[in-house]
Amino acid sequence: MILEIAVLVSGLGVLLIDLWTPADGKRALGYGAAAAVALILAYSFKLDATAAQFAFGQSYVLDGLALFFKRFFLLAAVVVLVMSVDFADRIQTGISEFYALVLFALAGMMFAASANDFTLLFVSLELITITFYVLNSFQRNQQRSLEAGVKYLILGALSSAFLVYGIALVYGTSGTFQFSELAGNITAVSQKPIFLLGMILIVAGLGFKIAAFPFQMWAPDVYQGSPAPATAFLAVGSKAAGFVLLLRLLFGVAPEIARHWKPLLIGISAVTILYGNLCAIPQRNLKRLLGYSSIANAGYLLLGIAAVSASGAAAILYYLSGYLFTTLAGFMVIAVALRQVEGEDVTALAGLGRRSPLLAAAMTLAMVSLAGVPPLAGFFGKFLLLKAAVQQGATQPAFYWLVAVAIFGVVVSFYYYFGVIRAIYWSNDASQAAPISIALPMRVALWFCIAGMFYLGLFPDAVLGFVEQAVKSLRV
Amino acid sequence: MLTSIIFLPLLAALGILFIPANFKFVIRCLALLATLLTMLLAVVLFLNFETGLPGYQFVQQIAWVKSLGISYHVGVDGINVGLVLMGAIVAFAAACVSHDITTQEKEFYVLLLVMTGGILGAFASLDLFFFYFFHELALVPTFIMIGLWGRGENKNYATFQITMYLSVGALIALIGLLALYLQSGANTFDIVKLTEHVKANPLRASTQNLVFPLLMFGFGILVSLWPFHTWAPLGYGAAPTATAMLHAGVLKKFGLYGLIRIALPLMPQGAQQWLPVLAWLCLGNIVYCGWVAMRQRDLNFLIGNSSVAHVGFCFLGIASVTLIGVTGAVVVMIAHGFLAALSFALSGYLRQQAGTLEIKEFGGLLQKLPFIGAVMVMAMMAGCGLPGFANFAGEILVLFGAWKATTFQSAQWFVVAAAWGGLIIGAIYMLRAVRNILHGPISEKWAALQDVSNGWRRLPFALLLVSLVLFGVWPRLLTAKIEPSVKPIVKMATPVQSPATKSVASVVGE
Repeated sequence: MILEIAVLVSGLGVLLIDLWTPADGKRALGYGAAAAVALILAYSFKLDATAAQFAFGQSYVLDGLALFFKRFFLLAAVVVLVMSVDFADRIQTGISEFYALVLFALAGMMFAASANDFTLLFVSLELITITFYVLNSFQRNQQRSLEAGVKYLILGALSSAFLVYGIALVYGTSGTFQFSELAGNITAVSQKPIFLLGMILIVAGLGFKIAAFPFQMWAPDVYQGSPAPATAFLAVGSKAAGFVLLLRLLFGVAPEIARHWKPLLIGISAVTILYGNLCAIPQRNLKRLLGYSSIANAGYLLLGIAAVSASGAAAILYYLSGYLFTTLAGFMVIAVALRQVEGEDVTALAGLGRRSPLLAAAMTLAMVSLAGVPPLAGFFGKFLLLKAAVQQGATQPAFYWLVAVAIFGVVVSFYYYFGVIRAIYWSNDASQAAPISIALPMRVALWFCIAGMFYLGLFPDAVLGFVEQAVKSLRV
Repeated sequence: MLTSIIFLPLLAALGILFIPANFKFVIRCLALLATLLTMLLAVVLFLNFETGLPGYQFVQQIAWVKSLGISYHVGVDGINVGLVLMGAIVAFAAACVSHDITTQEKEFYVLLLVMTGGILGAFASLDLFFFYFFHELALVPTFIMIGLWGRGENKNYATFQITMYLSVGALIALIGLLALYLQSGANTFDIVKLTEHVKANPLRASTQNLVFPLLMFGFGILVSLWPFHTWAPLGYGAAPTATAMLHAGVLKKFGLYGLIRIALPLMPQGAQQWLPVLAWLCLGNIVYCGWVAMRQRDLNFLIGNSSVAHVGFCFLGIASVTLIGVTGAVVVMIAHGFLAALSFALSGYLRQQAGTLEIKEFGGLLQKLPFIGAVMVMAMMAGCGLPGFANFAGEILVLFGAWKATTFQSAQWFVVAAAWGGLIIGAIYMLRAVRNILHGPISEKWAALQDVSNGWRRLPFALLLVSLVLFGVWPRLLTAKIEPSVKPIVKMATPVQSPATKSVASVVGE
């Protein structure tokens, strides 16, 4: 609880301090916010969650899983805030509000990690979604940004409707909002078709958040139009929030139902992988490409959900950790390198290798890691996910087909990820040749992400132990 | 020792990253120095290897991920000590001939060194995870190098095809390895422990029959098993010289090594079921691809197809599951590594000088290129399987092994006869190429061709040729090491047959 309160207080603090800060000093507030979040992150390591602790009449839980994701979100927010400061020159007014909204979204994600009750689940998701409506359309003078905001608003509202309807049905049939109580009599209620319908609707609502098929349409447009820091936070934070809730619900509350739904989950995972990878092939806009890639990655992550096993859950957590460093590095490069370019086309990266070796290296490593090539984080993450799926293949041969689809997706993804690398180093039509200067905090953040990618790829032991501890709070 | 062999090229690659791109000479020197040291270390390793000792030598093990049972575990026995040596020599030769790269040298050498480190790591690994990890580390630079420094109008299509085939092959093999790990129940990726565990608790026959083909076809695609071979001639034709040498010579052998080290001993029943299929498919390599090679007009395609044909002998040796046959397969792997590297180095030189590799454009080149021409004649002779070259030693062992094979008992005379016929086909196209390129009247347009001028430039060719001849006249240097290590594998892979099934099989044979 203390962590969320601290985040909210710093969010409000940013808004308050803004009143007394002269206009040219507002930008630096972001560093203050980042420092505050970093402090909170450091403090989170003093917390102990070996035994689950509850608050608000059991609607809030602090266990290993919650703590893992809280640290995850805090870490992402630090980088996103640093990125926002760098991005501030492209936001005309209200940069302090931008920082504050990032902090509020962060609070929502942290609550989501601890949700042990459908009310908290809904409220935390709304907190995330509503702040993102604003964040996505923050570049008010740009049509694309507004379009992104409106699209996210419409589809977000639709997903909330799904979610609320599902929650109502579940409450109506089971008589409880609470996860622990529901888990107690799950065998009895799971006989009722209305209850199952409610669960399906809830999962669909969460499917919007993680951009899984058939609820993925918003991702490319929103990714393309939103300001880069908002997109980065959306890609990493919002997706992870969706996954922690899916894990809580399917693996913590109703693993029996999830096992029953394996064929459905396998199907969704396979189609999501195919859709994301195949649609990414013709993309020329970098952020749009990453939007499709994020759909594909949601598909890979769903491999772990479909497996309904502890190793599947651990693989999801590990993959997300790698995804955090990789995606943030990618968006940071986009934010810095394409500062003066209209419309983030892949060709705008031409000559980046000469203009800024650090940015070029970071982007290359991010793409290589997303493609799942050793020795970077993405490889070990994919390895764990595939392992979890193959493990289930012994009992359910459909998993072998799912694995085959995943392999196909990985091979296809080589094409567009390496296309980006090719554009960086091997295209001759560089429009600009001036070296790019990078602010020191941004430089540190980039090095940090690079180190993270290598660390998770080369020394997985420590984080894997941590992850396996975290998934012990689930019931699979 | 092994660790330094693997990590020396990788560290050099890292070092080159921090050298500014216009220090081209420094970069090249560093790459040469790193591969040279690696090669010298590999030679020392080979000489210090104690022949005939059971188990692995120069072992080093560091726990990596304890909960999954993954550890960095390297070591050599008679099978991979030769492969490591061959890989290191070819890598040095490849770095030597890379002076033809004139754009983006820094990136090229980084990739070349990463590839070298990955290859050596894959052969030295005694852990399934690292075995795959290092292979993938070497494979991805291959694609990038072909895509970016490749030649010819078909470059993009070749890159596309080789990437698709090899990625799919590698991932199928990965699924097979994962399934093996999960089904064994040993919770370890360690090959040594896994082998012992499986010896005590064999996998179920149904599992073996499912997993073995995953490995057979996954590894098979990586080694250009017919009919999944079409990427090879095209890819090698488009690849820069050094990449073609390293991939065709060394990296490709990874799949064969995987079959011998993992698939055969761990899944004997699956092997019994599937090896007859492999025996028939490898005839596709030996005969069909040889036939295709005969019709080639481009020297690189001819070499590419003949390389595909040669690995057919490795498959045949493995499919025979006899001591002689598998030993022969390993000898062919090493011999063909030197030969393929030498052939691509020669064709690369010729292309650089002449700008074309159309065989009918050439003729009489021996007059202008005495050194290159002579080496080419010898390489072609080695390719025909002439005694005195290492290929002969390997191929004859494979044929003997196949004759005694029990896996495809009913048809072994046919298989052996067809493989023998493949040798004749090989002789036809090799000799014809020698005649058309090197002998006869020389065209005027080749007046400007220059032979390799100094000893330094001759070194890579000489090194590879000397290795071929050395292991050719003294094959015991290899076989004495290989045989004791193959023996336990063949023993594990040969199931104790009940007399009844044996007699049925022999009746069918008659």
